[in-house]
Amino acid sequence: MSNCSCVPFKGTKEQQKKLEAAIEKYKDQSGALMPVMQAAQDIYGYLPIEVQKMIASGLNVPLEQVYGISTFYAQFSLSPKGKYAISVCLGTACYVKGSGKIFERLKTVLGIDDGGCTPDGKFSLESCRCIGACGLAPVLTVNEEVYGRLTVDDVDKIIEKYKALD
Amino acid sequence: MANVNIKFNGIPYSVPEGITIIEAARLVDVNIPTLCYLKDINEIGACRICVVEVVGQRNLVASCVYPVSEGMEIITNSERVFNSRKHNLQLILSTHDNRCLACVQNGHCELQKICRDFGVDDVNMFDGEINHYEIDDSAEHMYRDNNKCILCRRCVAACEKVQGVSVIGPNERGFNTHIGCAFDQPLGDVACVGCGQCIVVCPTGAISEKDHTKSVWKAIQDPTKHVIVQTAPAIRATLGEMFDYPIGTNVEGKMVSALRRLGFDKIFDTNFGADATIMEEANEFIERLQNGGTLPMITSCSPGWVKFCEHNYPEMIPNLSSCKSPMQMLGAIIKTWYAEQNNIDPKDIFVVGVMPCTAKKFEIGRPDQSASGYPDVDAVLTTRELGHMISRAGIDFKNLPDEDFDNPLGESSGAGTIFGATGGVMEAALRTAAEKITGKQASEVDFMEVRGTEGIKEATYNIGGVELNVCVCSGLANARKVLDAVKSGEKKYHFIEVMACPGGCINGGGQPVQPSAVRNFVDLKSLRAMALYSEDMRKTIRKSHENPAIQKLYTTYLGSPGSSKAHRILHTSYVERDKF
Repeated sequence: MSNCSCVPFKGTKEQQKKLEAAIEKYKDQSGALMPVMQAAQDIYGYLPIEVQKMIASGLNVPLEQVYGISTFYAQFSLSPKGKYAISVCLGTACYVKGSGKIFERLKTVLGIDDGGCTPDGKFSLESCRCIGACGLAPVLTVNEEVYGRLTVDDVDKIIEKYKALD
Repeated sequence: MANVNIKFNGIPYSVPEGITIIEAARLVDVNIPTLCYLKDINEIGACRICVVEVVGQRNLVASCVYPVSEGMEIITNSERVFNSRKHNLQLILSTHDNRCLACVQNGHCELQKICRDFGVDDVNMFDGEINHYEIDDSAEHMYRDNNKCILCRRCVAACEKVQGVSVIGPNERGFNTHIGCAFDQPLGDVACVGCGQCIVVCPTGAISEKDHTKSVWKAIQDPTKHVIVQTAPAIRATLGEMFDYPIGTNVEGKMVSALRRLGFDKIFDTNFGADATIMEEANEFIERLQNGGTLPMITSCSPGWVKFCEHNYPEMIPNLSSCKSPMQMLGAIIKTWYAEQNNIDPKDIFVVGVMPCTAKKFEIGRPDQSASGYPDVDAVLTTRELGHMISRAGIDFKNLPDEDFDNPLGESSGAGTIFGATGGVMEAALRTAAEKITGKQASEVDFMEVRGTEGIKEATYNIGGVELNVCVCSGLANARKVLDAVKSGEKKYHFIEVMACPGGCINGGGQPVQPSAVRNFVDLKSLRAMALYSEDMRKTIRKSHENPAIQKLYTTYLGSPGSSKAHRILHTSYVERDKF
């Protein structure tokens, strides 16, 4: 998981209102932190420092506690999803067919780590487990689009294609 | 509570019901080693070093979290137990930086000792991938070297449960778990207050103070520098621990002797600074009380507390006394009054504070702490660092003669001495304030209600017809409770003493590190405080304003407490800081 997001925070007033409502709903219960963090993940799609500070202040818990939990559970993300969210299958079939190398190539080309997002917010990258397309191994998805039987050279072409789009 | 009958290694004992195996073992003098356990605050069964056999149980159990029950038979010294502990130690070592010879804790490390006890003969038994962490040296007072961290979480417990500061915790999971701050920010950028309570509980050398000894050695050897050392009240009560004296032995005479042999030009007593603090603080309190100033007034001697207030309760900064801490006051007096009297340019004076405190290393760099135009204090050594300097210099501490501080800034009252324990500042201030308010000499100087090591103490005193409600607290988690009660209006006090460390300076983050085997079961705070209160009893002068050297300072130089000159030299200001 990437530890920092270089994407500027663009939270809206409405999102903040929703988060404040979630905090209000849970704040007097014990164990309020998890449901509030889950709500925040739903509202913002990720948990940047600005959001974690709102949670820490709202629930009167240490920021480090929020951060510790956000990095412990895979369900929380510190980076936003990009406009084009790339998922590379590292399941067994794809992996033996070389998806590890494809994933590495993507990291180099995009300059981000697993779970990261490019500073312009265009691409995010994550590894995933079997998506049930083993016949096409190795596969990756860009949003809903599936790309199969890939070689490392295909990676650059796919990225170029989306870069050319808006 | 009822007792239960249990056996340790075949020998029967009766122990209270409901306690854990490790507590029971302690009661019957059976030692069980631990690395993560800290009584009451870190009972998490994480390190698996305290495992023992319980007859009838298939697996070994962690004695720090397993309660005793009737008829239980516990075996602590079987080969199975030894092998398991050794195995666990080797697993810990598989991700541990093993360069012990170059480690600050070499010779005092709990991990090292336990490895020796259990015959760990191969530190690379489980060779494999290892995480490499950068050393965090961003804070003024300490280093964190996670390559030496064994993830026991004692520091996290100290920071969160004892201090309520909560700026460190476990980040990420599994193999990547490491102790750090939110968003892995450097410690110097977050609301760490510098108390050093994490340092004194660390079982390895993963956390340590920033070494100032190099600059002190250099100054001592520089013939152009007039090097003056001052020692905090609490040092005389703890330095002996560095040389195997029983806890709570007052070694003032030998300490002074050792400092002279280290080559310091003058040896002064921070107790004098404490007396000066009382002159100013008592005066400030009376002024606030009589002129409708901001109340409750809160003490400002503890730099960890001051920074905590700035981060977490900035709205209460007006409540903080504007007095500098005793160390800074004495430093300022040395570089102004003493310098003038002895015709020394303050730029040639190098003042070293020997302090029980790591936050002092931060304090000397604060703004508004340089009365002479030069920093009031140039370097801060912890009790540990002074102990190491004495050892390095080849000084045979135990066989030193007892010697006295230099005059005039080595003279002090009993009131100054008790600054080192929780309640001491309050008591010292009351001794002086009572006489100032009533204008009469008080026969009673002991304010027993504010003594003792409890975290929060309250008392009401009738002084000259005025009812004064006072509160004394130590440990910042307690300070939080007190301040929240004041803010909500639940409590009304006139005067509050806060010490960042539990029990006050005698238990500060710069004090000798006692292993958990001692820390868990011996009341360090009380034993060390006793050394200070007995010295107070022995002294003929027990009120700050009766210290003749203090009287001379005011008549010849400062005028009266609270004068504009006193304000310029002895008072300071505070800044609002971010909560996160």
